[in-house]
Amino acid sequence: MSDNTKGETKKEGCVGCGCGGGGGGRPAAVPQDARRGFMFKIGAGLLGIGGALAAVPIVGYIVGPARSRYRNQWVDLGATTAFPSGQTRFATFLNPIRQPTDGDAAKTACWVRCVEAGKFQVFAINCAHLGCPVRWFEQSKLFMCPCHGGVYYQDGSRAAGPPPRGLFEYKWKVESGKLLIDAGRLPGLEESV
Amino acid sequence: MNREVILKLLKSPAQWIEERTGVVAFSAPLLFHHVPRSAKWWYVFGSATLMFFTIQIVTGICLGTMYAPSASNAWESLRFIDEEIPFGWMLRALHGWSSSAMVVMMAIHMLQVFMHGSFKFPRELNWITGVFLLLTVLALAFTGQVMRWDQDAYWGLGIGAAIVDRVPVFGDQMRALMLGGPIIGGETLNRFFALHVFILPGAAIALVGLHMTLIIKNGISEMPKPGEIVVPSTYREGFEERMKKTGVPFFPDAVQRDMVFCGVCLLLLVFLAAYYGPFGPGGMPDPTLINTNPRPDYPFMWIFGAVSLLPPASETAIMLVAPVVGIVILVAVPFLANSGERAPSRRPGMMLLAVVVVMAIVALTWEGVTSPWSPVMDGWSALPTPTQFVKGRTPLQMQGAVVFQFAQCRNCHELGGFGGKRGPALDEVATRMSPDQLIRQVQQGGGNMPAFGKNLNSAQMTAIVDFLSTLHPENEADSAIPGAQLPLPIKSPLTMNTVSSGAETPAGIHSR
Ligand code: FES
Repeated sequence: MSDNTKGETKKEGCVGCGCGGGGGGRPAAVPQDARRGFMFKIGAGLLGIGGALAAVPIVGYIVGPARSRYRNQWVDLGATTAFPSGQTRFATFLNPIRQPTDGDAAKTACWVRCVEAGKFQVFAINCAHLGCPVRWFEQSKLFMCPCHGGVYYQDGSRAAGPPPRGLFEYKWKVESGKLLIDAGRLPGLEESV
Repeated sequence: MNREVILKLLKSPAQWIEERTGVVAFSAPLLFHHVPRSAKWWYVFGSATLMFFTIQIVTGICLGTMYAPSASNAWESLRFIDEEIPFGWMLRALHGWSSSAMVVMMAIHMLQVFMHGSFKFPRELNWITGVFLLLTVLALAFTGQVMRWDQDAYWGLGIGAAIVDRVPVFGDQMRALMLGGPIIGGETLNRFFALHVFILPGAAIALVGLHMTLIIKNGISEMPKPGEIVVPSTYREGFEERMKKTGVPFFPDAVQRDMVFCGVCLLLLVFLAAYYGPFGPGGMPDPTLINTNPRPDYPFMWIFGAVSLLPPASETAIMLVAPVVGIVILVAVPFLANSGERAPSRRPGMMLLAVVVVMAIVALTWEGVTSPWSPVMDGWSALPTPTQFVKGRTPLQMQGAVVFQFAQCRNCHELGGFGGKRGPALDEVATRMSPDQLIRQVQQGGGNMPAFGKNLNSAQMTAIVDFLSTLHPENEADSAIPGAQLPLPIKSPLTMNTVSSGAETPAGIHSR
């Protein structure tokens, strides 16, 4: 404390300017207050610009996923013969937009209903209410949800419970005997039937 | 060497450190600040919360040395900690149980502060930092559940994502921001990991520091007495005077109770952890294993209950707006009532409010645990038809019982106390509904029941209604209308329906 005061008196004009008092021992050309204000502005400006430049990658890194650059892709569910006419079958596939660290979470399930030969409905596993996995009951021809009791008919339309709509459906096509669906993104309200 | 010299030798390093750090000067007010003599057992809950938080930090760091924050092996690494690492299971158990204990202690602490009006002048910011601490701790609890990376974690994230997805306009972007991509996967776990081990603990430590600083600055409030009114202009002087006259130092006077209570809590924690073991991990986080029944952890059970009971038409608005309103109200509490009486007996309205809120949370938690709205997914195959409902029945009725079982009716309807609770129990359905009404209900559904008309053929329909008509107390006739003839055999339920008596389904019979 006492050292500091000594320094202040010895090297006038250098207080708080950040030059550590050793600025070549040059006598203060500008009044102390004005010089301090100037340095402060320079410092704030440099920090502001530097901060903004550093913020670009940081913010970009964190919000990157929100800028939708992910497109659904056609996924092979196997030969159509695996889905007999009039039946609803469980099918799984590896998500086409998976990441290296996804592990099992990249596996995805869906329900394939073969309405008649060559005509399909492919439902997302996620309940249209809040996304729990719906289960198919062949005997009563209903999908039931274990979370809040959503129920759907075999064509995916809402039968009972809180879901605001029917099951989400994937686009499908048949190519050289294989059933393909347009899948990837987690089904949500953006993805309508 | 005499005593003086030894003391001096001992003292000098301490003095050396103190001169350079000021640590004693800094912490003396923490230890020796005066607290009201009346501060008795009511005041121990905050200390217990802090103790559990400390345990969370210590056990959390320990777990951090083994946990693999990667969706490909998080689950396996937890199994490894549980089964292979010495005391690994115990550390996970301590971390899990201490997290629940911290939430519970915090809730009690908050309730006590609310009931005693301790949030009034000059402790408004004590309350507000407390509210933010509560939110931080709940966020820690939720992100902690995600760390388990089991089926509950996966589908819990799915539910969170679906709620966020409903935000108008930006829903899709916010969901992507939350999940770190278009699906629940590796990036999702790592985002929640960063929250759980860096951001939220950092925020919590900062808030705890602020909360403690405010406690030192504003002092511990006295026990409320009816008639002792908080007047902001004179409160501080009066409080400081009373503390000087009648206060006792926190250390070693008041701290003894905190020590005893925390000691008991700690023993209880160790017992619970050792006896009941760690939480999960549950099933593997493989979304193609769909035979799962996702449930949140206990601190969120009441939210699960509330979400399930919301009327579908307004649920989006309520789910998105209610949390914001709730937080605003909590923050506003000290501004709505910042002076005046503190005694519970003089604030009956506030006490009633507290009781209602606590009861609502308890009731919703109970609803969440029992979740009567969820179908029992294996009810139809796992629960046998109780014999009293098939004894002495005709072959057709027996056939109906089989159809009843086979058509998954038991998933939603109880028989003999077993089955789903989504629909009404059907033990005595024949006393409420005539065969006509039964046919109509089964065929067309309604209330909250799907229509089965397309899925049952006429023979099955005949059988099932014949069976349902027998469900009544013993010695009553097989029909809702006493003495009426059963219109059997039913040739075609489809035509039956159009000429049915026109009786409407009794209102509310299927709606929960
Ligand atoms: S998630 Fe299926 S009913 Fe709520």
